[in-house]
Amino acid sequence: MKRAGFARNRVAFALFWAVILIFPALAPNPFIVNLGVFWLINLILLASLNLLMGYGGQISLSHAAFFGLGAYISGVLSAKFGVSPWLGSLAAIMVSAAVAALIGLPTLRLKGHYLAMATLGFNAVVSVLFVELRGLTGGPNGLTNVPSLELFGFSLSGDVRFFYFAWLVTGVVIVLILNLLDSRMGRALRALSTSEVAAESMGVPVFRYKVQLFVLTAAMAAVAGCLYVHHINFASPETFDFMASVMMVVVVALGGTGTFWGPFLAALVYVGLPELLHAFEGFEVLLFGVSLVVVLLFFPSGLAGLLRPRRARVESRPREPRAVPRLSERRP
Amino acid sequence: MDYSSVILQLALSGLATGGIYALVALGFNIVFKSTDAINFAQGEWVMAGGMIAAFLYQAAGLPLWSVVPLGALAVVALGAASERLAVHPLSSPGPMLITLITIGVAIATKAAIMLTLGKAPAGLPAFTGSTPVHIGGAAIPPQALWVLLTMAAVMVASHFFFERTLLGKAMRAAAADREAAALVGINVGRMVTRAFMIAAGVGALAGIVVTPITMTSFNAGTFLGFKGFSAAMLGGLGNPYGALVGGLVLGLLESMSAGLISSAYKDAVAFVVLLFILFVRPDGLLGRAAVSRV
Repeated sequence: MKRAGFARNRVAFALFWAVILIFPALAPNPFIVNLGVFWLINLILLASLNLLMGYGGQISLSHAAFFGLGAYISGVLSAKFGVSPWLGSLAAIMVSAAVAALIGLPTLRLKGHYLAMATLGFNAVVSVLFVELRGLTGGPNGLTNVPSLELFGFSLSGDVRFFYFAWLVTGVVIVLILNLLDSRMGRALRALSTSEVAAESMGVPVFRYKVQLFVLTAAMAAVAGCLYVHHINFASPETFDFMASVMMVVVVALGGTGTFWGPFLAALVYVGLPELLHAFEGFEVLLFGVSLVVVLLFFPSGLAGLLRPRRARVESRPREPRAVPRLSERRP
Repeated sequence: MDYSSVILQLALSGLATGGIYALVALGFNIVFKSTDAINFAQGEWVMAGGMIAAFLYQAAGLPLWSVVPLGALAVVALGAASERLAVHPLSSPGPMLITLITIGVAIATKAAIMLTLGKAPAGLPAFTGSTPVHIGGAAIPPQALWVLLTMAAVMVASHFFFERTLLGKAMRAAAADREAAALVGINVGRMVTRAFMIAAGVGALAGIVVTPITMTSFNAGTFLGFKGFSAAMLGGLGNPYGALVGGLVLGLLESMSAGLISSAYKDAVAFVVLLFILFVRPDGLLGRAAVSRV
């Protein structure tokens, strides 16, 4: 039953992804193609966060920090030290994964959502570093002159060219996620997000899987960061601040936590959101806040829940990851 | 100034900032206790308190002593309305869902304040003049003493409220066990509304007393909320005395690292310490040591 579901997602994804290829041809101008690139980058970010939240049941409030580490490490290495953007990206992804392990190892051992608390502090530290290490990062004005990616002397700098490259990378990430969910680890994750105790007693190495999942999703966020920084050739600290992390959690929930298609919708919402919220003016922001409340009130399983047939909706209600153990459970 | 008076000066200003963090943290803890959710609107209520009081004082010309309770009451009403409209209608209220909803409430509150009261920073005059008070070798503005006084008064009042009054005990009962509280005739839903109202009022008071020192503007809330939440975590989420300790410790940490290490890195230093405390004592400084390691 579950396998059939995943097979269906694979076929649907393959078809959908093939159709996406004609997007640059249909887009009326480069600006729209550029929005498409941002949608792809957001999809990596949100699909990986959804993997952690929706399937692993862990809340991270520093997804934007790993996105930023990816962008800044690769950006600084290539802009200031002349390292090849490819090597810089590789280094950025590996460092981000190592840092995630450092955060995950002490916190994921604990019951409850200490990861959320630790990552909140971590994002704050990373934000301060982006702003204050002026010599390297350019401080509050941002990191400029980041080179574009090149492949055998063929520059991947235009919107359309970069769209195809981002299409390829994002496709690989999504296929990785699909494979992971269909693997032993994927089944274990679904078990441990329902009940860690039950999973543990069935022999699932809960702690090891949680750390691996956190490191993997942080590395995926760093991949998105590398794409981002070598596409717009610039990085600004506020793109990666704590509020960005919070908004990622929000849009994943809006799209539908723990659903395969949720992040695809969420990425659409997130394309315009950071600009809207950082400029923060006008009636649109009020409208966004109110509609966020309304959607969560009336469709707690998110926008993707609306797309599913009614029967399937009843069959598999997405679980709500608990932010904290209930008080009653904590009392002896 | 010699070294010891520098330390004293830093300690006093750290305590004043910490007093604000403690009040905001208390607001977080009250909502957390009754819903298990992190209330992201808390910081916006702090901002709303300051903005509304400043508006009443400057534009409406009300006397300074009256805008303190009026501003706080307006935000209490805002807290009640937020809970009734956005949280109360939930059919299956889980902590994660409530947390996400409060993010929507926070964005909407911030936007509403910006659209109605404007984008300009607003201020209030200090309650009792601005001649610095000298303590030891250090000088602090009298408003900082008002902050500490307000914090102490609110902490004592909340202790009395939750320990001695029927309503306070009913709220604690509803927080401890919803079903059992409902069985003995407590209206659990109403207790959640009350928790939001008290949290809003405490936050607004913090916003009003700090406005003469720092000024305020529509976008000041996110930062204060973030600091308040960190303080609540530091002390132990859901523990009212933890809010006090967490707030003061965070304030001291920031002021000491700004004064002795580097003001640019004060947040980083404060959060590295916070991460460290979290790793060593996951339930916060005052938390129960009952966290079981898996």
